[in-house]
Amino acid sequence: MRMISRIGDWFDRRLQLAAPIREAAEHPVPRNSASWWYVFGSAALTIFILQVVTGILLALIYVPSAAEAWNSLQALNHDVTLGWFIRALHGWGSNFMVAIVLIHMTQVFLFGAYKFPRELTWIVGVFLLLMTLGMAFSGQVMRFDQDAYWGLGIGASISSRIPIIGPAVVKLLLGGPIIAGATLSRFFAIHVFLIPGLLIAFVSLHLLMVLKLGINEWPMPGRLVRRATYESEYRELTKKDGAPFVPSAIWKDLFFAGLILLSIAACALYFGPFGPSGVPDPTIIQTVPKPDFFFLWLYALLSLLPPSLETPALLIGPVVVILALLLLPFLSGEGEKSWRRRPIAVLTVLLVAVTLGTFTHLAEFAPWSPHMNAWSGDPIPQQFLHGTTALERQGALVFQVKQCRNCHALGNSGGHRGPNLDSVAVRLTHDQLIRQVIQGGGNMPAYGKNLSPAETTALVAFLRTLHPPGQAPARDAARDLALGDAHEKGPAAQP
Amino acid sequence: MSSQPTVSGSNDAILTRRSFFMKLGILFNGIVAAALAVPVVGFLLSSVMRGRGNGYLSWVSLGPVSQFPEGETRLTTFRNPNVMPTDGKTVDTACWVRHMAGDQFHIFAINCAHLGCPVRWFPQSGLFMCPCHGGVYYRDGARASGPPERGLFEYPYKIDNGLISIQAGELPTPGAATAALTEEKRPCA
Repeated sequence: MRMISRIGDWFDRRLQLAAPIREAAEHPVPRNSASWWYVFGSAALTIFILQVVTGILLALIYVPSAAEAWNSLQALNHDVTLGWFIRALHGWGSNFMVAIVLIHMTQVFLFGAYKFPRELTWIVGVFLLLMTLGMAFSGQVMRFDQDAYWGLGIGASISSRIPIIGPAVVKLLLGGPIIAGATLSRFFAIHVFLIPGLLIAFVSLHLLMVLKLGINEWPMPGRLVRRATYESEYRELTKKDGAPFVPSAIWKDLFFAGLILLSIAACALYFGPFGPSGVPDPTIIQTVPKPDFFFLWLYALLSLLPPSLETPALLIGPVVVILALLLLPFLSGEGEKSWRRRPIAVLTVLLVAVTLGTFTHLAEFAPWSPHMNAWSGDPIPQQFLHGTTALERQGALVFQVKQCRNCHALGNSGGHRGPNLDSVAVRLTHDQLIRQVIQGGGNMPAYGKNLSPAETTALVAFLRTLHPPGQAPARDAARDLALGDAHEKGPAAQP
Repeated sequence: MSSQPTVSGSNDAILTRRSFFMKLGILFNGIVAAALAVPVVGFLLSSVMRGRGNGYLSWVSLGPVSQFPEGETRLTTFRNPNVMPTDGKTVDTACWVRHMAGDQFHIFAINCAHLGCPVRWFPQSGLFMCPCHGGVYYRDGARASGPPERGLFEYPYKIDNGLISIQAGELPTPGAATAALTEEKRPCA
């Protein structure tokens, strides 16, 4: 024991770090801040360390070359002992890191911790969030599969819309005119050197400020932050009702960090690594690219925005959001901290959470994507063919073969891009059906050039049978009056 | 304190000289940094600089015209003209060739004009459909429905001695200069 302490002394004489470390560890924190609500920051740091370690391990095998990356991932998954587990840890660690960083940010926002004097801590935190998202996206590229390839294409398409410099940005992003070897190498450098380096610097800065300025005290409704008095009040509080960070507060951080690591390991063990999906060969077009979980909301947004709004929303939206986050501590740097007296803050969080949640949920079943194989894979359910005439059955065939099912569901099978047609005859009259099929409209392509008159007649005859039993198909009452019953027999009877 | 003035006076003189040298040193480093920045920035922007004008575009053969029957739209692949050894399969690109009649072709990029996903051709309904966000195009590449703001991207083509070639080499994106070029030149929309 004496030997160890002598060695320790020898080092400290030269490093002179023991005193500042002890001071940092034992700095007083407000007793009520030693709460389970204050564990997310340290958990994010813990996951970051896990990501660095597992990232270095993966780099021992991974080859950042467009020609070899996919094969090296297969080797990691199948050939290298426990390679799959390290990949799974890194992949799940990434998901957990985004989640924990977002939770940490929400907590900081709701507890008013971004207010004076911690504005800069918040701003550095905003950059840390952006870098975390940058790591998540560039990490998805490292998994160089079809999703990565087409995901890069989406990134390029979005960047190309920037006025004037768009095309140059695309070439800078891709490292050339197309998504190829240089693109992967470039994203590897970003994912492995550039952002992690910045992350380490910014995390250090973030932590340094937490130590220097002290952890945010538990917000009490009515205790307002004032620039003139806050610092002395805080000092008073930690003196009167403070406790050393080690061990009073840190044990909760330690437990939570351990729990999170355990959860990541459990997910990794149970669910395994992410992909890679198909080979990143752009000649294989039978693919349905989808982004990773944390970008699904964006995928939904890009489908649902009206075309004319898309480019402005894509280019201006992020700038507005980032500016709002950066300006927040300057716009409300003082005043009430407690969420109990900040209803708009609480509503903002709820609104953002519900919006992102809804978009993510929508993206999971992607109702806007045509169901590419429905026409060959999902036959028309039998109940729609009972008691139909030869013409109507011919129409059902046209309906199937012309890929109507890719966008329209019948009996819940088929695409959801267009409306379900189970009872379309109730909604549209005979003439309206013909018009809709031939001219399209309301986001439906026009089929006039692709259907012969006979096919249209048969198709509409079939569509006229799609109504619930006991509910008559829609009729044009004026025509009934003018023409009697004759025209109901079919278009051939029309004058 | 009283005996200081002379010493501090001489100190000031030394400091002024030293601070002058320090400033000179900073200036020197600034000049060196600026000189080094030129090649560094040149390297960083090399992919942009080379692409100015039509730097990346060249004519690529798709093979004999006879392999594209009249009235049909077929998938074919070509190798991107700029290849690096580390590119692997990513330089192989697909495109849709629509042979209308005689020398009349439409050669569409595989990339949806919305966000670049690969569109698929459905001959039965005569539509191109995109699996990502539901963009749909007619057989002539015109926008039919969904989020795209324009029709499919087209490659300029030429026919020499029965061989059809396209001018390719860049990823077609909505903002690219080549995209605007092909949209104007559409032979029969």
